[in-house]
Amino acid sequence: MPPVLELRSVSKHFPTHVAVRDVSLTIDRGKLFALLGPSGCGKTTTLRMVAGFEIPTSGQVLLNGSDIAPLPPYERNVTTVFQNYALFPHLTAKQNIEFGLRRKGAPDLDQKVAQVLDLVQMKGKEERKPARLSGGEKQRIALARALVLEPDVLLLDEPLSALDPKLRKQVRSELKALQRRVGITFIIVTHDQEEAMMLADEVALMHKGVIAQLGTPEDIYLRPANRFVANFLGAVNWLGEFGVRPEAIRITRDLLPTGDRCRPASVETVMFLGNSFHVQAKLSDGRSVVTEVSRLEKPFAPAERVRVWWNQEDEIHLPPESA
Amino acid sequence: MNRLRFWTLVPARALNFLFFLVPMGIVVLYSLMTRGPYGGQAPPFNLDNYVRLADPLYLTILLRSFWIAGISTFFAMLLGFPLALFIANSGKSRSMYLNLVMLPFWTSFLVRTYAWMFLLRDTGLINSGLMALGVIREPLPMLYNDAAVVLGLVYGYLPFMVLPIYSTLEKLDPSLLEAAADLGATPWVSLWRVTVPLALPGIVAGSILVFIPCLGAYLTPDLLGGGKSVMIGNVVQNQFTTARDWPFGASLSLVLTGLVMVLLWLFVRKGGDKYL
Repeated sequence: MPPVLELRSVSKHFPTHVAVRDVSLTIDRGKLFALLGPSGCGKTTTLRMVAGFEIPTSGQVLLNGSDIAPLPPYERNVTTVFQNYALFPHLTAKQNIEFGLRRKGAPDLDQKVAQVLDLVQMKGKEERKPARLSGGEKQRIALARALVLEPDVLLLDEPLSALDPKLRKQVRSELKALQRRVGITFIIVTHDQEEAMMLADEVALMHKGVIAQLGTPEDIYLRPANRFVANFLGAVNWLGEFGVRPEAIRITRDLLPTGDRCRPASVETVMFLGNSFHVQAKLSDGRSVVTEVSRLEKPFAPAERVRVWWNQEDEIHLPPESA
Repeated sequence: MNRLRFWTLVPARALNFLFFLVPMGIVVLYSLMTRGPYGGQAPPFNLDNYVRLADPLYLTILLRSFWIAGISTFFAMLLGFPLALFIANSGKSRSMYLNLVMLPFWTSFLVRTYAWMFLLRDTGLINSGLMALGVIREPLPMLYNDAAVVLGLVYGYLPFMVLPIYSTLEKLDPSLLEAAADLGATPWVSLWRVTVPLALPGIVAGSILVFIPCLGAYLTPDLLGGGKSVMIGNVVQNQFTTARDWPFGASLSLVLTGLVMVLLWLFVRKGGDKYL
């Protein structure tokens, strides 16, 4: 059986710039896939080519093995949850969900709507117009509207960005649980690396229209392909030819024997983050490193003489980016 | 603050009083008077003018006016909606097209109506052109009938339909149309199920703005209808000019105003104002 979605050398040129350049990727059925990257990296354009809102300049978009690149959106079994939800304001929540089913002339309309309302826990609010729903509720209805059509692939464009931070974390875990439950392939576009790593089975990190790295969250976090990837996914202390992430650097008052991976340093600043401290220490060669220290440890003070040390396996060896 | 509010509203209130309420009061006053021996108006005050209105003749003309105004509004909607949609989707050329829609207002309505006569009459541009080409032998009767009146009204008031519809379409979130397509709607279905319902406030506003002036029109039925296609506006005009019966003309125009107000009130009461 072919993979549910495959992009083969897909490019999209706009009059002013090239948004996506020669992107190839394969997504297996039932997976939660994340397109991650900074704004303008081409992730949204890639999503829109899968949805059918943009036609690729070149390349193929294979859905279950057949090329859908030239098909209009209404002829693809792919649905989208829009960033602003795009609920029809003149229709009730229920009518919004029914919209796609009616276009397909699907039988058992009421039963399907009731099921999906149950799935997104929106029973009892189906007669409300979008204007009378909260942000989180709108999102659930948008999700229900896309899910009810049982698409081959469900696309989510920055689905959590419009929610407030507290709600975002809750919805994030619900979204993953829901995806596991329905087993539909999800592709989520996000600029939030934490969101992508927490949600996705596989991540494509995009940069300037190309895929910078493709892999599982562990892969790309622990073994980044280049410094852009390493820096995008989290802070790195670059020490010449290699870097170490703050959580991998230990700091201690014990006067350990110094060496390549254990260096004397003096504390510069201490930042309290609630659950941890970020301690910045200056090495003897003038470089500064940031380390993450548990709140449970005795707090460090500026000017304190310390040792910072790390393990070899936590070193990320990458040549500096060429300008 | 309230004092500032009061004084800044004084000019508007004064204008409203001087140029709306006072003339309206004069018309009400005239409508209750009697025609003077040499025209004009004179006492005694009575309701005779309103009793005369009960004549089936005026009722027929009134119904005809509603019919013609209604048909004209319908055609203006039929033409105005696609035009507004086209302009709303024209990207950078929007303002140019909007200016073209308003361009006719730079010329007098009377002149433009004469231009239509020049086009439509038996010896006009269209008929002589078609005859020269041998398409027809006899000129087509295009002028001095109801169709010509409707054409003139649609032409004259089309901008009032286009502009409010355009303003609702311009605000339409393009992602809604993408969502419709995403859910399986073809462009036609999405036009009918998403664009039209969301443009309804503009369609309703445009229809009111076209229907009301069409109902009271007198120039277009006079010139393009050639006196054969009489609307209530022509009757009012006649009372003030040829018939020199100002009190009766005043009562006619008041009844027309009253009818429009009652209709608008019913529309709002039925919840129609939610579209505006």
